[in-house]
Amino acid sequence: MNRIVTLDTRCLDGGCGECQTSCQSCKTSGVANQPCEN
Amino acid sequence: MIHAYKLNGYNIILDIHSGSVHAVDELAYELITNYHNPARLEEIRREFADASDIDDTLEDIAALIAQGKLFAEKTMQQVKRSTGVIKALCLHVSHACNLNCSYCFAAQGKYHGQRALMSFEVGKQALDFLIANSGNRRNLEVDFFGGEPLMNWQVVKDLVSYARSIEPVCQKHFRFTLTTNGVLLDEEVTAFANAEMHNVVLSLDGRKEIHDRLRRTPAGNGSYDSIVPRFQEFVKRRAGKSYYMRGTFTHANPDFMQDILHMLDLGFRELSMEPVVSPPDAPDALTQEDLPTLFAQYEALALEMLRREKAGDPFSFYHYMLDLSHGPCLHKRVAGCGSGTEYLAVTPWGDLYPCHQFVGKEQFKMGDIYQGVTNRAMENAFAENTLYANPACSDCWAQLYCSGGCAANSFNASGTISGVYEYGCKLFKKRMECAIMVQVAKASERF
Repeated sequence: MNRIVTLDTRCLDGGCGECQTSCQSCKTSGVANQPCEN
Repeated sequence: MIHAYKLNGYNIILDIHSGSVHAVDELAYELITNYHNPARLEEIRREFADASDIDDTLEDIAALIAQGKLFAEKTMQQVKRSTGVIKALCLHVSHACNLNCSYCFAAQGKYHGQRALMSFEVGKQALDFLIANSGNRRNLEVDFFGGEPLMNWQVVKDLVSYARSIEPVCQKHFRFTLTTNGVLLDEEVTAFANAEMHNVVLSLDGRKEIHDRLRRTPAGNGSYDSIVPRFQEFVKRRAGKSYYMRGTFTHANPDFMQDILHMLDLGFRELSMEPVVSPPDAPDALTQEDLPTLFAQYEALALEMLRREKAGDPFSFYHYMLDLSHGPCLHKRVAGCGSGTEYLAVTPWGDLYPCHQFVGKEQFKMGDIYQGVTNRAMENAFAENTLYANPACSDCWAQLYCSGGCAANSFNASGTISGVYEYGCKLFKKRMECAIMVQVAKASERF
């Protein structure tokens, strides 16, 4: 049986700056919510 | 470094530095969380009858380690945000408001100063300043903010028209956003905003008695009955474009899930409900005693999201919208939101501040739209204020999701922009656990 299932995540290991500024997208307090726009 | 937790029947292993997410069974959970504890591993061997099963699982774990998906090392040691390139402005087109919300960080829209409206000339200069300082960035963002921006609506429209007219010339793309309390939302505003605004943030706290308790007119009347029909009409005509109902919960409604359910009942589907940020002695400040309730609410919210998605009536909650396969790059996660470097706020008279939450705090003034950024020391302080500026963050499992947190919240809580707003950290970590669980639950449908 498969005891470990790894989700399809993009391995963290850019900086082009084209993604939306996170605070512009509640105006108070996560960067992780922004999709990459490269 | 890993973060292991159990939620909604799932055993979840988050590998911090690779970003990998693993859903595992009980044996794998025990083996991974004790992988560097030989004595405990031996105990597990004695507890589980099938030794070959343990060996197989340990082999799988070793393979994940070799692939860099488990116990991965930190790959980026430090970045300094680049300076001199600006891509986003928060235009304070109005330091005036037609509501008098007691918890407003902007002191009822005036930012502890005088009532003021931005002129078209100041706004135009701000846009020219943005273009001139945007380097090779193509996507430029302008948020119309206040106060209440609809109190200066003609200037908003004129600035959008001006920006659209110069887009082809300067080879830039403007993305406009608007934050409004809805009091002046009418047919004309709706049509223009739906045509031009990439995203619109609509302020609604939820249940009528909750909303009207703090969001009142200057005469002391509630605003719920006036704005809800306007918001409903606006969203109906939004035709699929992005919007967010943005609520604030306080000590008066730690059961904020009821407010989210109410917004769903009203027909809204894109929701953002935020904890109030206020001095600890403020009457509506959240307390340590509120935390268990808030944690339970976040869990209930995650389950409700999954339930409604399965029922074919999904809704989104901003903080749970994680894209594990196409999220932000590592540089962005370490560099943070960009305040004070690539993102600035502009006052009605053209002064520059690191972001909208620093406006009115004179020591943070960075320059103006005519001379540009002249306070290089402040700019440098924000450029160095990355995730790794605070040693406390280096041991935190949520570091690459929060990026060190909000500089304004840190300043208000600790007196420095690189400090820690501990209450916010606790809520953020709970939200991330729930958000990742939602992703695991969705993926498990495909396992």
